[in-house]
Amino acid sequence: MLVIIDYDMGNVRSVSKAFELLNAEVVISHRPTDILQASRIVLPGVGAFADGMKHLKERNLIEPLEQAVIKDQKPFLGICLGMQLLAQGSEEFGKHQGLGWIDAQVKPLKIADNDLKVPHVGWNEIKYNESCSLFNGLKTRSEFYFVHSYHMICQSPKDIVATTDYGIQITAAILQDNIFATQFHPEKSQTSGLRLLTNFVNWNGHG
Amino acid sequence: MVKKRIIPCLLLKDGRCVKGVNFMNHRDVGHPVTNAKIYDAQGADELIFLDITASRDKRSILFDIVSQTADECFMPLTVGGGIAALEDIQELLRAGADKISINTIAAEQPKFITDAAKRYGKQCIVVAIDYKQNDNGKLEVFTHSGSKATGLDPVEWAKEAERLGAGEILLTNIDQEGTRGGYDIATIRQVADALSIPVIASGGVGSLEDLAKGINEGHASAVSLGSILHFTNQSVIKARDYLHTLNVPVRINA
Repeated sequence: MLVIIDYDMGNVRSVSKAFELLNAEVVISHRPTDILQASRIVLPGVGAFADGMKHLKERNLIEPLEQAVIKDQKPFLGICLGMQLLAQGSEEFGKHQGLGWIDAQVKPLKIADNDLKVPHVGWNEIKYNESCSLFNGLKTRSEFYFVHSYHMICQSPKDIVATTDYGIQITAAILQDNIFATQFHPEKSQTSGLRLLTNFVNWNGHG
Repeated sequence: MVKKRIIPCLLLKDGRCVKGVNFMNHRDVGHPVTNAKIYDAQGADELIFLDITASRDKRSILFDIVSQTADECFMPLTVGGGIAALEDIQELLRAGADKISINTIAAEQPKFITDAAKRYGKQCIVVAIDYKQNDNGKLEVFTHSGSKATGLDPVEWAKEAERLGAGEILLTNIDQEGTRGGYDIATIRQVADALSIPVIASGGVGSLEDLAKGINEGHASAVSLGSILHFTNQSVIKARDYLHTLNVPVRINA
């Protein structure tokens, strides 16, 4: 059972429909029992960082998530805000503490090149680590859909498994043990996105 | 590097797609979900739904269209029309929208832009600006589907919307809309050059050359298409191939 965390932060439905298309058994839930029984967990998210953390706290989701993902090592996918929340903290509308699962900070995108707009909106090519099985079957110059004004800066470069070029190198995907997360939206990235989600469904949580 | 986006724009009225000229005389152009699926299959970079249904009690139709589209099309959706409260945004996001376009409420209550950006992130909030030449020969922003003058200058209003937290501007010249006479390149360029957020050019595309002009001369980050897809033999695929031959950076693996 794949559990998509419902914490009132955006597009759970699109994420769920994409997994349903792949014949995954999907439950959208904010119940701790579902999280603890899940075989894999997806944390989606559209919205501001502080609201995301607030909603996780209010629904008492942090403890069961840490049990399931950190202790029980279930395969985990974070998407967009669902990736940024894994960081130590964020500077979006003030300083806020994150889940701290990944040694990283979320900072505003600052691009020196005046022609490059912020938010970073649209399809961009990613450069990915080919030894990471989550990118199996993707073309070398695969494009994914990004829409964000903040980005994740990782302390340890080895946590980064994909980057995209937007004047600076942006963290496009991270991997640490059973925790995989993307800044882009696989559920909105047509065939490339569905391929990546298929890989996640088949992933055992190692590499 | 991020690609220039080709974005079909579908106007919705009472659950159907419609298209007119200068925001008037709308003709039926098919079922929204069917149209969306075609554009998805052609690799459109995003899709915009703008609901021009006047009455709010028909709003559930919009939610159905958005959710049905999101159930079948795994592509980014921007949805607008009649947004009056933050809860409307929440409901549309839950239905499967990724970005929300606000127009009248942004002009009437500019603080709404800031409130919405704080709650949903600025990347989610698209401010739509419809403008035309007024009786004094000046460009002026109009709200309520182009029927109500605001006294606002489109370039100044776009700058203000950015300052208040807009993540993107959908800029439509009403005088050009539906005419297939080409974009208002001068205004698009003025706005795109003045802003550090992306601008979507809208209103008037009649040929593929117009798309290239919108990007190369208007400096738009994205081009919105309507009539050219409804009423001519052009398609998203042809548009992408054409832009690619001109070395405009568009998606290669769509």
